Amino acid sequence: MIRLFSIFLLCAAATAATRPGDLLLKFLSPGELAVSPDGRRLYVACENSDELRVVDTTTGGVVKVIRVGHIPRGLSVSANGRQVYIANSWDDTVSVIDTQKLETVATLKAGFEPISAVADKKGEVLYVANRLSSDISVIDLRTGKELKRLEGGRGASYLALSTDGTRLYCSHIYPAINARRGPPESEITVINTITRRVIDRIPLHNSAGVFHLAIASDGQLGAATVLRPRNLVPLAHVEHGGAFVNSIVLFGPGFESAVPLPIDELDRYFALPFSTAITPDRTKLFVSAAGSNTITAINVPALLKFSRTHGKDATNDLSASSNYVITRIPVGRNPRGIVLSPDGHRLYVANRMDDTISVLNTATSKVAFNFDLGGPKTTTPLRRGEQLFNDARFSFQGQFSCASCHLDTTFDGLEWDLEPDGFGVDIVDNRSIENLMGTQPYKWNGGNPDLPTECGPRTEKYVFRRWHWSRDRPVVTCGYPATSRCGLFRSLSARRSRAVAGGNLDHFQSQGSARRDQRSDERMN
Amino acid sequence: MRRTILYLTAAAVLALPAVAAPPNMPMFRWENFTIADGLPNNHVFCVLVDGNRVWAGTDNGLGVYENGKWKIYRPADGMAHQAVLSLALDKNTGDVWAGTMGGLNRISPGRIDTFTQLNSGLSNDIVYGVGIYGDYVWTATAAGASRYNTRTGQWALFNERNTPMFEIWVYAVSPAEDKVYYAVWGGGVLEYDVKTERWKDYNDPDGETELVLFKDQGLIHEITTSVSYVNKILWVSTYFGASRYDGRNWHNFLNKDSGLPSNFTSQVKGVDGDRAWFSTDKGLAYYDGTNWAVYRPAMDTHRPEMLVRDADGNITPIAVTTAPAHNYILGVDFQGDDIWVATAEGLSHGIRVKDNSTTKVTKAHEGRQGKSAMRVAKTLR
Repeated sequence: MIRLFSIFLLCAAATAATRPGDLLLKFLSPGELAVSPDGRRLYVACENSDELRVVDTTTGGVVKVIRVGHIPRGLSVSANGRQVYIANSWDDTVSVIDTQKLETVATLKAGFEPISAVADKKGEVLYVANRLSSDISVIDLRTGKELKRLEGGRGASYLALSTDGTRLYCSHIYPAINARRGPPESEITVINTITRRVIDRIPLHNSAGVFHLAIASDGQLGAATVLRPRNLVPLAHVEHGGAFVNSIVLFGPGFESAVPLPIDELDRYFALPFSTAITPDRTKLFVSAAGSNTITAINVPALLKFSRTHGKDATNDLSASSNYVITRIPVGRNPRGIVLSPDGHRLYVANRMDDTISVLNTATSKVAFNFDLGGPKTTTPLRRGEQLFNDARFSFQGQFSCASCHLDTTFDGLEWDLEPDGFGVDIVDNRSIENLMGTQPYKWNGGNPDLPTECGPRTEKYVFRRWHWSRDRPVVTCGYPATSRCGLFRSLSARRSRAVAGGNLDHFQSQGSARRDQRSDERMN
Repeated sequence: MRRTILYLTAAAVLALPAVAAPPNMPMFRWENFTIADGLPNNHVFCVLVDGNRVWAGTDNGLGVYENGKWKIYRPADGMAHQAVLSLALDKNTGDVWAGTMGGLNRISPGRIDTFTQLNSGLSNDIVYGVGIYGDYVWTATAAGASRYNTRTGQWALFNERNTPMFEIWVYAVSPAEDKVYYAVWGGGVLEYDVKTERWKDYNDPDGETELVLFKDQGLIHEITTSVSYVNKILWVSTYFGASRYDGRNWHNFLNKDSGLPSNFTSQVKGVDGDRAWFSTDKGLAYYDGTNWAVYRPAMDTHRPEMLVRDADGNITPIAVTTAPAHNYILGVDFQGDDIWVATAEGLSHGIRVKDNSTTKVTKAHEGRQGKSAMRVAKTLR
């Protein structure tokens, strides 16, 4: 996250509104939530401030701030409520918090970039999904030692325990390595917690990033949020709709195979579906759309009925959601983690870019009130840049944000058909944003010599397509103060010709340029 | 007079040395599987027992036998190659590793991953042997050996540059907590000490491929095919006999002075420090530390045959009605008291017969004298 701020630091350097002290403001960025078994406490993992904040759900006040490791992501509460396990993704550790003392009592070593940590029902072992090593650590909680690693899919990230505790499900944010120009394929890894072994891998076809999972109280229904992009469609076809289909996938004993169903509508999309929760009475399912600043409320009986009658025929049917979506609830910016109170009456939503928690009444599907976690009240240009990065509203019909392909500022592992468009031949991969500084020139042909050229005008052209970018044109308001985001882009340099610094194309750039200028029927394979 | 002659004859017969009862060796009822039963191919290179499942690596696919049915995996299902040469089980994770002619596969429920010399640190795609201990997967390949850390994803390569091996055609591996042994075809045996990370080689001390000049002075032969390290005892099979090494003393076995039916041994699998099974081209042999038993279709008649050899070299045929599918044995694995056997013409399941206290002696051997005595005794009654 600090590296991301550094990138936008460069872009914002010339902005008049940036004050030196702004760069030091530490936002909280609450990403994930967990609730105590009695419902009195909400545990909030704050990614940017490296903290666990404990909130009293009655008063909404923060009762304790506990320092944990770097970039804490997933967290969970033990079955007896006495421990909270929090995965410190950049430290490769898991902090164990005693919920009575409200302090860290142990730090366990995990794999590479742990994202989720869930203990079995007996409290004997801790399972940790490691994103970079694509595996699941099995850690003995008595000794703190890792017993073994189980092979997950690519980018193993999110875990959910079945209601009876015998099964653990793991989802993955990157698709599997697949045949070139093939659809993205993923899986849900199923682990038997008695034998502590992988027993099944549920295939998810045409699925790229898969995020949080939820299991219904009867153990028959599982739901996961999933990105289903059509990455080989030329970028120009985004206007035709459906280049990104944001979905939930249903799985479990009641399903012969996984059934993905869209949450989008024909002309409105709900980008980056991140977290999901099913009410204890199994009547409602909630999904956070981290790119669209909304929570979608779904009628579960209607969903199940539709899945049985229409099933896989509806996976790309953008009219399908009208059969099961109850309503869309606006919340704060970049809503990621959600969690239900044990009685199911409240849904807590972590608004990551606002440092607040929205509290929804699940009966009325409305926001009742918000908890302020106590982050800085000033929005700096860097913070605004990050908000924009996660906001899908500037793409056509809100289909995707920068974060849709650059998941957690990394990459989605897919090849995309991006410009320059000979239609269907310009396959390139998006790259990780992390550690970008100092690696210029940018773009696959080295044609962008610096960051302002890379992410200034091209971003404006493809994402913020409502504006014609010009240095001298007055700023158009777009919900942000004039001296912030637009000032950010105004500060960027004019688009230069495709050339390395010095103005000359090297040998490979000349070849690429010649090929790009060929007509498609002249092109040799 | 007549009665006197009778008594003298009986006394002479009874004075003959009593025929010792053959040693009590395990007996099996054999059930054989071929393509007709769903086995992917009759030429079975290796077999692996995994609880209630049995895996068979064949010339045309990997088969797994579970609940009375065979399921087959071939390249279309994700296998690196249809010829599966070796198998190993990761007891921690339940994953099965298969060495093939085109790479190394990890078979995890619902998924098969392929490691090749191009996409990983695998030394060569022809993977003759694979073994697992702890976090490590050890491979024996046609061009050296490699080791994969399943936790970190790191590979290590071992060849003539960083080990004493002077031949890089590595045929088999047997890893354990303290030592890892490699059988190097034409290069003897290599020992890796896990603690010191040092290598040591064991070679035929007489250097003669055609003769054995110094018996029990070292490894029987350089052309080693298999190693099995159990309870601190190393068993080695070669194409020219077999060896047992206890860390200090070698004991070698040849067909001329032991119960080995043939010196051409494709695999040895130790039960413990005293007992081992030998897969030869002339039958399956079992050694209990003193006595031998051979199980096979007879070389001449192809009828089921079991032979027992005691410490004095006495060979007794045991009457049996079943035998392994073929005399050319390539590998074995154990399932409780049962044994599974990979042969050139099918997979055999040896179901242990628990009550083998009554052994029947056939007519065709030294039992003839014993029978005569019994006939006489009958007459005397």
